[in-house]
Amino acid sequence: MHGRPRKAPKPEDEAASSAKAQKLRALQTQFFSFHHNKIYTKEAVELSAKLLEINPESYTAWNYRKLAVEHYLNLPDCNPDSIKSVLDDELRVVENALRQNFKSYGAWHHRKWVLSKGHSSIDNELRLLDKFQKADSRNFHAWNYRRFVAESMKRSEQDELKYTEDMIYANFSNYSAWHNRSVLLSALFDKKAEGFLLKEKVLPEEYEFIHQAIFTDPDDQSGWFYHLWLLDQTVTTDSPLLASSWPGHGSDVLLVGDRCYNGSAFSPFSALHSDSGSFPIVLYFNQPVRGVNSSTVTVECGFNKNEDLLWKPLSASNSQTARVWVAHLKVSSSDLHSTVEVSVGHTKGIISTRGFEYSHPSMLSFKVHVQPMERDSSQVSVAESISLREENFKVYGKQSEESIIDSFDQLIIKNGHETTASNWRFEALAKEIECFRELLSLVDCKIGKLTLARLLKAYDAMSYPFANKLVHSEEVLELYSDLMKLDRTHYQFYKDERSIVLLQKYKDSVSSAICGPICLRLNNLSLSRMGAFEKLLWVQMLDLSHNELQSIEGLEAMQLLSCLSLRNNKLRSLTALEPLRKLKLLRILDISYNQIGDHSIDTTRYVCSSPLSHSVGSELNRDETVTSDVALINNWEAFYIFKDFNLNQLDIVGNTIADEKFKSVLVKIMPKLKQLDGKLLD
Amino acid sequence: MAELAVDKHVKYILAVEKNKDSFESVVMDHLRMNGAYWGLTALDLLGKLDSVNVDEVISWILKCQHESGGFSGNIGHDPHILYTLSAVQVLALFNKLDVLDIDKVATYITGLQNEDGSFSGDMWGEVDTRFSYIAICCLSILCCLGKINVEKAVSYILSCKNLDGGFGCTPGVFCCVGALALTGSLHYVDKDLLGWWLCERQVKSGGLNGRPEKLPDVCYSWWVLSSLIMIDRVHWIDKEKLVKFILDCQDVENGGISDRPDDAVDVYHTYFGVAGLSLLNYPGLKAIDPAYALPVDVVNRIFFSG
Repeated sequence: MHGRPRKAPKPEDEAASSAKAQKLRALQTQFFSFHHNKIYTKEAVELSAKLLEINPESYTAWNYRKLAVEHYLNLPDCNPDSIKSVLDDELRVVENALRQNFKSYGAWHHRKWVLSKGHSSIDNELRLLDKFQKADSRNFHAWNYRRFVAESMKRSEQDELKYTEDMIYANFSNYSAWHNRSVLLSALFDKKAEGFLLKEKVLPEEYEFIHQAIFTDPDDQSGWFYHLWLLDQTVTTDSPLLASSWPGHGSDVLLVGDRCYNGSAFSPFSALHSDSGSFPIVLYFNQPVRGVNSSTVTVECGFNKNEDLLWKPLSASNSQTARVWVAHLKVSSSDLHSTVEVSVGHTKGIISTRGFEYSHPSMLSFKVHVQPMERDSSQVSVAESISLREENFKVYGKQSEESIIDSFDQLIIKNGHETTASNWRFEALAKEIECFRELLSLVDCKIGKLTLARLLKAYDAMSYPFANKLVHSEEVLELYSDLMKLDRTHYQFYKDERSIVLLQKYKDSVSSAICGPICLRLNNLSLSRMGAFEKLLWVQMLDLSHNELQSIEGLEAMQLLSCLSLRNNKLRSLTALEPLRKLKLLRILDISYNQIGDHSIDTTRYVCSSPLSHSVGSELNRDETVTSDVALINNWEAFYIFKDFNLNQLDIVGNTIADEKFKSVLVKIMPKLKQLDGKLLD
Repeated sequence: MAELAVDKHVKYILAVEKNKDSFESVVMDHLRMNGAYWGLTALDLLGKLDSVNVDEVISWILKCQHESGGFSGNIGHDPHILYTLSAVQVLALFNKLDVLDIDKVATYITGLQNEDGSFSGDMWGEVDTRFSYIAICCLSILCCLGKINVEKAVSYILSCKNLDGGFGCTPGVFCCVGALALTGSLHYVDKDLLGWWLCERQVKSGGLNGRPEKLPDVCYSWWVLSSLIMIDRVHWIDKEKLVKFILDCQDVENGGISDRPDDAVDVYHTYFGVAGLSLLNYPGLKAIDPAYALPVDVVNRIFFSG
C-alpha cells in the first residue's frame, strides 16, 4: 500500500494478477476448510505457512497456527524435543513472513506468543533484531520488540543504553535511538540507579553527546526532541510548587456590597463587588495537581477555622486534577475587618500528575475589609450597560503606578528553597546558551534560534521572581520574530509563543495597560494566545479586543473577571468559550466580530465539556423546558456552553452564527440575560 | 492549484468495492471490513453514500459477526476488535445501529479489557493502545462506554508515555489522543509539547511525515492532522500547503489518492486524503469528526437527536 509507483495497468499485468489471485484464493479456501474443521495435520499446517509466506497479513492464519501449536503441545506423546521442533518451526515461519514484510503486526505478535511458550532462545532474538535493525535502524516494530526482549531477558537499562549509543555513533540521524535513550534514562533516574543518582552528573554528558548530532547537521530533526527532553530534565523540579494566588500575600481586599465603588479610606486595589458576601481564593500551581482539599489547605478567618471549605479544580469535565484551584470564603457581615491565613500543604496529600508530592508548605496571609451596603441593591438600575469605555477604566486609576506594580509581585509566591539547590541548573543552562549562540554565529538555522529562545525563557523563569526583570525578553521576542520569517510554515506556532512572552513582560512595559486596580487593557497587541495567568489573577475587567485570539485556553484561572471583551478577535466556535464557564462572576461579555459560525471544523470540540467526550459534569440539570424548545441537535454547543453562564449583558453581532433565530435560542438558554447586542430584553 | 476530482474518486471507490478478482483485492481480503469503512466514509464525505446498496452491505456485515459478538475482517475470518469498530462505524453511517444486539457487541469488547486497563485485540492477547482507542470509540458510538473500566483504560494510556515527550509512532499518538478526547481526558496532555512535535511533521513539500526525517505520506494527513485538531493546535501548520500536497497525490485520470505524488493509489489513502481535506475545511466536503472518525452529522445524530 505504500511506496509503489503509479503504473497504467497493462493487459498482461492484469492477466498475471488475476492468475495469482486465483491461486491465492484457492489456497485461502483450502485453509478455511482446515481452520473451520479444526484440522491440524502436518499437511494442513504446511499450507498455512505457504499462505503466510505470500500474505503475512492474513491474521486468521496466525491464529490457526497458534491453535495448531497448542494442539501439538497437548498431545500425550509430546516431549521436549518435539516441542522444540514445533516451536522452531513457528519461529522460522515468522522470520520468513518478516522478510516479506517486516512491519507485520501479526508476525511480530506471533513471535512473542511463541516465546511465551517457554522456548527460550533469547540470544537468538537479539541476533535477529540486530539483523533487522541493520536493514532498517528505525523500524519501530523492531524497537518495540527489542524493548520486549530486553525486559524478558532482564537486560539492564545500562546495557541497552550502550546499544543506543552504538546505534547513534553509527548514524546520528536515528530518531528511534535517541528516543529509546530518553526512555531508558527516565527509567534509570526514576530507579535512582547507581551512577544515575545525580542528574547534574549525567546531563552534561548527554548535552555533549546531542551537540555532536545537532552541530553535524542542524537541519536534521532526529536530535531536536532529545535536546528538548534534556532541557525539561534540567529545568523541571519534580515536586509541584505554588506559583501565585489571589488574594496575594500581604494584600488588602475590600468587599463592596453594591455597585458603588466609592473612593474610600482604604486602598481600592482589590475592591471586589460581591452579591453573596463571599469571595474566591485562587491557588495557581506550576503544574497540575490533585488532592487540594480542606485537609491539605487550611483557611483561618478571624477566629473561625473554615473546615468545610470546598476546593474545586478548574479543569474541564470531572477531572480532579488541575493547575488552578478555587474555593469561596464567606465573610460574615458583622466582621468588618478580618485577617485570613491560608496554609497550603502542611498536611501531605497534594500530588502532581507525575506522582510527586507538594513538599514546601507555604502560608499566605491577607486582610479582608467589608464595606457595608450603602443602598438597597434592588434599587440599582439594571438598565445601565457597563461598557469597557475609557471612562470606566479611568474611574479606578487613582493608585500610584509603583504600588500597583509592586502588588503584582505580591501575587507571586517566592519559593526561596530553590535558589541554593539549583546552581547546577543555572550552570547547565548558561553553558547551553553559550553553545547555541556559537552555533548561530556559524549558521543561521531554525533549531538554533528556537532552542536559544527556549533556553533564555527557561533561564528567566528560573531566575524570576528574584531578579526584577525578565532579562532576556527582548532577545526572545526578536528570535521569535526571526523564526516567523525564517520558517513560514510554522508561523502561527512562533506567533503563539511570542504572545506569551509579550504577556509575561507586560509589567515592564508602558503602564497605560494598567488602568486602575482592577482593569487591564491588552488590545491591539496582535496577541494570538493568552498566557501569564499567574500574574493576572487580580483582573476584574479585561479588554482583549482587536487581537488575533483564536483560543482563550487557560482563562478559567481569572476567577475575578466580571467584564470581558473579546471583540474583534478570531474565535471560531462557541466551544472555544469553554474556559468562561468557570468564571462565576462574569456578567458582561463581548464576543462580537469574531468568526463563530464560519468554519465547519471545530478545533475546540474536545476541550469543552459535552456528551461527545463523556465529560458533562454531574451538576448537569437539564431544564426540560429549555431542551424541548431548543432543537438540541442544531444548538448543542450553545446549550452546553451558555447554560451555566450568569450574564447580564452579551454582544455577539458580527458573527456568522448570530442570526435572529440563534439569538432567540440564546435568550431561551439564558433567561437571566438583560441585554443582547445593545437591545434590552424583557 | 489542482482541484479535488470528486467524480473520479467516487468511481474509483465503487470499482474497488466491486472488483474482488485482482491480486491486490485478494491479498486484502482479510481486512475488507476496514476497506468498507474507508470507502463508505469517503463516499459519505463526498456526498455520495447513496451510490451503494445499503441492504447488501448490512447483510454482509452481519455475516461477519461471530458468536462472541465480535466481527471479522471478512466472511470466514476470525473476529478481532479492529473489524468490530469498522463494522459499527459503517452501520452508524447508514443509521442502522439498530440491527445490532448492542449488549452482545459490548460484551465482546468488555471481555477484551485486561487487569491493567489495556485492551487485547482478540483472544490471542496482543495488547496495543490502538485497541484502547478502538474499544472506547466503539462503545461510545453504541452509547455504553460505562461498561468498561474507563478510569483504568485512561491510566493505562497515560502510562504508555506516547504523549510525554516519548513519541513513538504517529498512529499510536492518534489513538492515545483520540481515546483521551473521547473520555474527556485531554487535560492530561501537554498540548504545547505534543502540538510542536506534531506540527514539525510538516515538511517543505507541505505534506506530513510520521516521524522526523521520514518521507511525507497522505495517511498522516489523518493521524497527525486529527490529533492537532483535537488538541486545538492545527493552526501551527500551514494548512494551504497541506491541501496542495494532498491534491497532488490524486490520480486525476483514474481516480483514487496515493501515499505520495505519482505512487499507486489505494482506497486506504483515498479515504485519508479526503478525510484530511475535510479537516482542512476543503469546500464541498462534509465535515468529519476528528475523534470518532465519522462525519459530524453522524456523530451529532448519535448524541443529540431525540
